[in-house]
Amino acid sequence: MQEKVLMKGNEAIAEAAILAGCRHYFGYPITPQTEIAAYMAKRMPKIGGTFLQAESEISAINMVYGVAGAGFRVMTSSSSPGVSLKQEGISYIAGADLPALIVNVQRGGPGLGGIQPSQSDYFQATKGGGHGDYHLIVLAPASVQEMADMTVKAFDLADKYRMPVMLLADGTMGQMMEPVALPEVKTAAVEKPWAVTGTQMKRKHNIINSLYLNPEQLERTNFERFERYRKVERDEVLYESYLMDDAEYCVVAFGIAARVSKNAVKAAREAGIKVGMIRPITLWPFPTAALAEAAERVKGFLSVELSMGQMIEDVRLATSCRRPVALCNRTGGMIPTPEEVLEAIKKLSGGCEA
Amino acid sequence: MLNTPWEKRPLRRVTLFAGHYGSGKTNLAVNWALYLHSLGHRVSIADLDIVNPYFRTKDSAAELEAAGIPLVSPAYANSNVDLPALPRELYEVVENREHMAVLDVGGDDRGAYALGRYTPSILAENNYEMIFVANFCRPLTRTPEDALTVMREIEAAGGIPFTAIVNNSNLAHATTPETLRATYAAAERLSALSGLPVMMNAAEASVAGEMAPGEAFPLKLQTKYFDIKGE
Repeated sequence: MQEKVLMKGNEAIAEAAILAGCRHYFGYPITPQTEIAAYMAKRMPKIGGTFLQAESEISAINMVYGVAGAGFRVMTSSSSPGVSLKQEGISYIAGADLPALIVNVQRGGPGLGGIQPSQSDYFQATKGGGHGDYHLIVLAPASVQEMADMTVKAFDLADKYRMPVMLLADGTMGQMMEPVALPEVKTAAVEKPWAVTGTQMKRKHNIINSLYLNPEQLERTNFERFERYRKVERDEVLYESYLMDDAEYCVVAFGIAARVSKNAVKAAREAGIKVGMIRPITLWPFPTAALAEAAERVKGFLSVELSMGQMIEDVRLATSCRRPVALCNRTGGMIPTPEEVLEAIKKLSGGCEA
Repeated sequence: MLNTPWEKRPLRRVTLFAGHYGSGKTNLAVNWALYLHSLGHRVSIADLDIVNPYFRTKDSAAELEAAGIPLVSPAYANSNVDLPALPRELYEVVENREHMAVLDVGGDDRGAYALGRYTPSILAENNYEMIFVANFCRPLTRTPEDALTVMREIEAAGGIPFTAIVNNSNLAHATTPETLRATYAAAERLSALSGLPVMMNAAEASVAGEMAPGEAFPLKLQTKYFDIKGE
């Protein structure tokens, strides 16, 4: 059995990134994710890596762009307002087909908002965020252990599909402490023949770029990139199905909202309501098929979110609006309590049976 | 009754809890204040933590208030802004020799810088216990040598030398008596390296209850938001 350590979610991301072979971190401090930078500042110099506090989030993401182009595992992290600043760079990284990890430990918004936890960057993470036709793979951990495991997975997926991956956490996930078995990483060295590493005069030079002078070529590149996205949608969907076998109602929640909802689902079961939960672990690609299948047999859905209701749109799309989809939400840094979710489940089940 | 080692150690007027980020300082500080109160002392507690935005002394405000223990914490603690300012009432806690004071210092050297403002008066009075809270289950303080480095960094930042060690090794909800016992040797090694006594072990009350009397100081843990246990 592997020995466990007690870690903050933010620390787990940082240590797992190091284990995954990331030796380059660029960031700028912002609550509630500053521990990632602080941890990297302590560890990177000891292992021959680079920790650099950039002068802004914009420069940090462009440093990521550069190092990714050179073929190294690289990451940045921030919280909501800082991630907004990075969007131009993220679009360029996607446009240049580069692997990189961007961590967003979300806080309340819009604007400067507040430092307490939130999930209100769902749209930004899953629908683009920056300009142009592109996607990020978006992973949503719901425990400190998953913060570590998903970080390793994020680097693997980024390399596999040559695309930026976002780890979408929230303030509670970043700040809470839980025991963690640090992942044993078995990453095979990925060949990156496209990287700009110097030709040694032995090959044609590589170019890292997202500018296309010819619109036909840009269109062709976008089509090809979306072919890759189709493969991601086909092969990389992750979700947890909880008590869904006989469920008549389905809660949909990710991250901290799923932790809360699980308690509510248990309580509802004790009260005789047949309810289960589908927890998307990848927010893009979204577990569309699992929800469509659930829509065949449940009477209604409940989307539980720390936002004004963003994922609920994907739940409605996935289920083609065949069943009612209710919302249970808090926002601005507030978290729904298990009791609030239980009340919403009761209301949904009462309302649907009528 | 007196087989509890913490009862053998003479009480000082000011008790400071400092240590590595996430070592459990806040829980210890709150429980130590309640313990002093239970002995019949007048006690105040102050939250000097201006680096941890989420989990802090103020989470125990209701319990401290019920016991009649004044709590001084940063005005914006637990709010939606991250404004690291300490209130003027802190001077009252530190300097009023009519009551005992428990100070919850922020984690690491970064957290201990805020202590420096009060260091001259604490040193001048010279009636303090500066406790290093050690959790050997934390990734950057798994060895006594690493813990000693953190100890020296905190002393340099806060300007007050440590006087005792508390072994508070834990894995949150997954803590067992074995978690604590497995780290006794590390605590003793840290004691040998630093020349400071291990004042006591500390563990959540149900874990301490499974151990021999006096083996661990029992802690009632604060819960944030609600109990978010795992699977």
